[in-house]
Order: sequence, then C-alpha cells, then structure tokens
Amino acid sequence: MSTAPPEAQTQPVSSKLRPWGKQHHFDSFDQQQEASYFGMWLFLAQEVMFFGGLFTAYIVYRTEHTFAFTLGSRELDVQLGVINTAVLIGSSLTMALAVWAAQTGRRKAIVAFMILTILLGGVFLGIKTVEYSAKWEHHLVPGPNFHWEGSQGNRVEMFFNLYFVMTGLHALHMIIGMVIMAVACWWAWRGAFTPENHNFIEGLGLYWHFVDIVWIFLFPLLYLLGRNVG
Amino acid sequence: MSDHHVTGVGSYVLVFLALMVLTAATVAAAFIDLGAFNDLVALLIAFTKAALVVTIFMGVRHASRMAKITVVAGFLWLAILFGITLTDYFSRGFLG
Repeated sequence: MSTAPPEAQTQPVSSKLRPWGKQHHFDSFDQQQEASYFGMWLFLAQEVMFFGGLFTAYIVYRTEHTFAFTLGSRELDVQLGVINTAVLIGSSLTMALAVWAAQTGRRKAIVAFMILTILLGGVFLGIKTVEYSAKWEHHLVPGPNFHWEGSQGNRVEMFFNLYFVMTGLHALHMIIGMVIMAVACWWAWRGAFTPENHNFIEGLGLYWHFVDIVWIFLFPLLYLLGRNVG
Repeated sequence: MSDHHVTGVGSYVLVFLALMVLTAATVAAAFIDLGAFNDLVALLIAFTKAALVVTIFMGVRHASRMAKITVVAGFLWLAILFGITLTDYFSRGFLG
C-alpha cells in the first residue's frame, strides 16, 4: 500500500501524449483497473435508467394503444432492422476483440479492431439514415409533415415520436462512442495501452456493448411486435 | 476483472454466433401467430441476448463482487421503475 509501485516508471509514452498511465491517486494498476470498471458500470446503471424512462413510456402507450402501435410498427422496414441488428452485434464482437487485443498487448490489433468497430457503426448509422429519410418521404415524421390516412392518426404519430426519440438517442450514443473510439485509436497507435494498463479501452468496450444491448431491446419492440396479426 | 481473466477469442466468436442465431429466431417467431405469447417470446429472446452480452462481452462473469452487485443493482432499479409505474397504469381501470 505505502510503497510506490514499480510500474509507475514504465509508462510507454511521454506524458505530453496523454498516456493514460497510472493516475497518482491509485496505488497500483490493478486498483485503477478495478475502479475504472466499477465506475463505468455505475455510469451504465444511470444509462439504464435514462433509457428505462423511454422504455416505460413505450410500454404504457403500447399497452393502451396496441392497435395503433401495430399499425405504426408495420411501417418500419424489418429487413433493414435485421441487417442493422447483425451489423451492431458484429461491431460488439470487434469491440470485444479490441479489448482482448489490449489485454494481450497487441498494439496494432487494438487499432484494427477499433477501426472495424467504427466502420460497422458507420454502416449502422448509414442504414438508419436511409430509414429516416424514407419515413420523411412517407410523411411519418411527427410534426407538421406528419400525415396518416384513416383513424388512429394521433396514436400512430405517438408511436413515431417514441421511435424517433429512442432510435435517435441510441444513434447519438453511437456517434459519441465512435468519436471517443477514434481518439482512442490514435492513443493506441502511439502505444498508450498495455496489458496492465488498458482500462480506457475496457471502459469504451463496456459503453459500446451497452449501446448494443439497448438496440437488442429496441429492435423487437419497435420493428417486430404485432407482425403476427394477419 | 480483479483476477486478470482474459476471455479468449473463441468465446467471443461463439457468443457472436449465438446472438446471430437468436436474432434470426426472434424475427422468425415474430411472424408466427402465437397470440399473447408473441410479446413474451420476443422479450425472453431479448433478455437472453442481453444476458450473453453482459456476462461474456462485458466480462461480468469474471468481475469482482462489487462490480457484479453494481450491475444487478442497475437492473433492479429498472425493475422498480417498470414495476411501480405499470402497477399504477394497469390498475387504474379497477376503479371503474
């Protein structure tokens, strides 16, 4: 506890490059790693509640207006939804492999897997853009442009309110993750991360997997429920 | 992560494949009319997928006890949010 750990002298890059070495308030890399993992989960628990409020709103509205929500859901493109789900799960795999590369000291592999993750994230957002613009053309974006033939229009509009807020916040989380990942790529390339000192990559991984989990629930709730009814 | 366990590439690839299979299963099940069970099946598959991501991809299986408690607490609070809110909404009709 009291003696300075020897690892402190073996930081890989100069302090100018923001090495994410051992911070002075930690006794050891182990302690820093554990604190980082715990802290990231505290943040994610908060994120669970943040998205949880929206999921609660979805459940309440869908229970009261099931028919209208089914009508709205059927306007979504299941094929694109499936492709995006596969793309995002793939990006979780590459992110997990980036953490593995960091744990096993493979510098170039960290960068390669994170670039792959960013690219897959880009594919997801690209497909999402295609979906969003189709909704705009079909007058399904809530607001003055919204137009619905027949009854239940207000309720279908509420479905699309929830659809855009939930998928929009999800996409925002992805964009933030991808920006941080791009910076981390640069650090990783400069050798900032080592097997004993990779908590930043690990935290980034936790964040990205959380975003994946949100989509794992959004996809069936928004795209699939109600498809069984003839 | 306290015991420095490094999950191997094989485990990650297996989880990835399992997640893909479950995705296919949830899509297939959605188009079959199971009545009220459609929602249940979709949610069960989603929770299974989430559990796989949390335990393997996010490494909670090998995490310290404190981290595990934090994870469980996060979802416990979500259950409280759902539980109390829905108890309110779903019981309003009882008053007539």
